[in-house]
Amino acid sequence: MIDVRNIYKTFFVPHEVRALVDVSNKIEAGEVVVVIGPSGSGKSTLLRCLNRLETAETGHIYIDGIDILNSKTDINKIRAEVGMVFQSFNLFPHKTVLNNVTLAQRIVRKRRKEEAAERAMKLLDKVGIQDKANAYPDQLSGGQQQRVAIARALAMDPKIMLFDEPTSALDPEMIGEVLDAMKTLAKEGMTMVVVTHEMGFAREVADRVIFMDHGAIVEQGTPEHFFTEPSHERTKLFLSQIL
Amino acid sequence: MESSNVRRFNKQAAYYMWAGVFFLLVFAVLLGIYYSTKQIDYVWGWSRIPQYFMYDEMVETRSEIGGTVDSVLVHGQKAVIRIKGKGEEGSYTVPARSIRVSEGDMIFVGDVLEAHKERQWGLLLVGLWITLKVSVIAVILGILLGILTGLARISSNPVLKWSSITYIELIRGSPLLVQIFIWYFVLGTLINKLLEKNGFEFLIPGLWFGIAALACFAGAYVAEIVRAGIQSIHRGQTEAARSLGMTYVQCMGYVILPQAMRRILPPLAGQFISLIKDSSLLGAIAIRELTKATREGVSSSFMTFELWFVCAILYLVLTFSLSMILQYVERRI
Ligand SMILES: Nc1ncnc2c1ncn2[C@@H]1O[C@H](COP(=O)(O)OP(=O)(O)OP(=O)(O)O)[C@@H](O)[C@H]1O
Ligand SMILES: [Mg+2]
Repeated sequence: MIDVRNIYKTFFVPHEVRALVDVSNKIEAGEVVVVIGPSGSGKSTLLRCLNRLETAETGHIYIDGIDILNSKTDINKIRAEVGMVFQSFNLFPHKTVLNNVTLAQRIVRKRRKEEAAERAMKLLDKVGIQDKANAYPDQLSGGQQQRVAIARALAMDPKIMLFDEPTSALDPEMIGEVLDAMKTLAKEGMTMVVVTHEMGFAREVADRVIFMDHGAIVEQGTPEHFFTEPSHERTKLFLSQIL
Repeated sequence: MESSNVRRFNKQAAYYMWAGVFFLLVFAVLLGIYYSTKQIDYVWGWSRIPQYFMYDEMVETRSEIGGTVDSVLVHGQKAVIRIKGKGEEGSYTVPARSIRVSEGDMIFVGDVLEAHKERQWGLLLVGLWITLKVSVIAVILGILLGILTGLARISSNPVLKWSSITYIELIRGSPLLVQIFIWYFVLGTLINKLLEKNGFEFLIPGLWFGIAALACFAGAYVAEIVRAGIQSIHRGQTEAARSLGMTYVQCMGYVILPQAMRRILPPLAGQFISLIKDSSLLGAIAIRELTKATREGVSSSFMTFELWFVCAILYLVLTFSLSMILQYVERRI
């Protein structure tokens, strides 16, 4: 489903940072992959390369067999198939919850108004906030906003969902409701790549855990392997710090 | 408890006192002006000001031949007067209500057959209309130009970016009056001469070069306002929109610009108020807008003080209405 081959990404402004160094990975359809690692290790950069919000300099990224780094690829078509949920929600503040979820359906998927609204209400129901459909984002709690953001991404009927620390900006009592929505999604067989510090989630839901440090994948494996017998020193150190 | 009430009362009293001082001050200034004009024997003629807004013009129909009135046939509001002379005949269609002749009257060449008054727009209102027209067109063109330039300014394409920077810097770095002259005397001459040379019948009137100068001038400032407005929207909004598969244009149109508009409108209002006032410079290229019209009025009537005061108030009415409209729009979005 996702095939990453030897990608590099370096930022030059404000100073040179090698954010990704020779990263390769293969993610199968239906797989739930959790990416962990210390701050600045390149987790977000890797995720953002997968829908080309950042452009990897060298290497190849295939989504469903299509090379997204090829300039002839229609990236908007790929992005419609790859949903993304951000740490800071990024809902459209000038639109109601319902319109947040219908906007891209209508202008990207070209769905009729009623069709888009119907799909939106179904998804809002699924994440448990259909009663807020006519509210504006700033009238919602953080947890509710993030669930709207998930519904907004799902409305495009994506094949893959990317989550970049979806619960990091939330108060502790709201983390559970967002993780529950993600768990439901995982059970339904969605292909997911999740950057998170929620080790409970990783242990319970992940098929595979990837540990990154200094822009490279240091170690990966099943959650059991990871949390009981990590093989690298750096992994052990990181886990000892956060567990 | 009691002392705080006393203080509040004192505060209120002081407030009204200072408000009173303000109005007294305004009154004193006006009185001062009036008194000074008395000192130099200025004759105020406010009663002659209304004719600069509207006046009645006599419209007469005169006979072109001599003879007698053969018939006066009334058809509702209109009437047809037929005159028979020696070997010639004339017929005039005129308003029925104000006919000065009847059947059988002797008529000489040049006699008045009918006369009525017609309402005409006065000099100041004609000038105001030109100012309004020029400003509205320049504002609309300025917005379009400003949005396009603002978008080009933040683009990463060097052609777009450098063109917009060059344009903005050129416009902001020279006086508007000079730009108006360049549009009128340089570009205007060039364009009209080229049109003529290529066999075009029509020439572009000077008014349009004035409008172009104002629109380009406003466009450069609007561009900077638009750029700042767009850049004040968090990057996450673009990323969210693009990650859903929206194109750049869709993202701008549905997500970024609607949000940026709220921050753009207040400085934009200031820019357009400036534009209305700057249109007074167009008098320099023979466009009869409000200021030029006032000048013509002054030189033919010597009512210098009255006309310039009225002129200023008319500008105030325009700018105040505009800021009211924009405040209304701002509340709506
Ligand atoms: N747009 C950018 N411009 C410049 N440097 C960047 C940019 N984005 C990321 N970086 C740098 O690249 C490195 C990797 O960043 P990245 O955001 O991928 O880390 P991360 O693992 O997601 O960290 P965190 O857990 O703090 O989110 C960091 O050193 C960061 O400063
Ligand atoms: Mg990150």
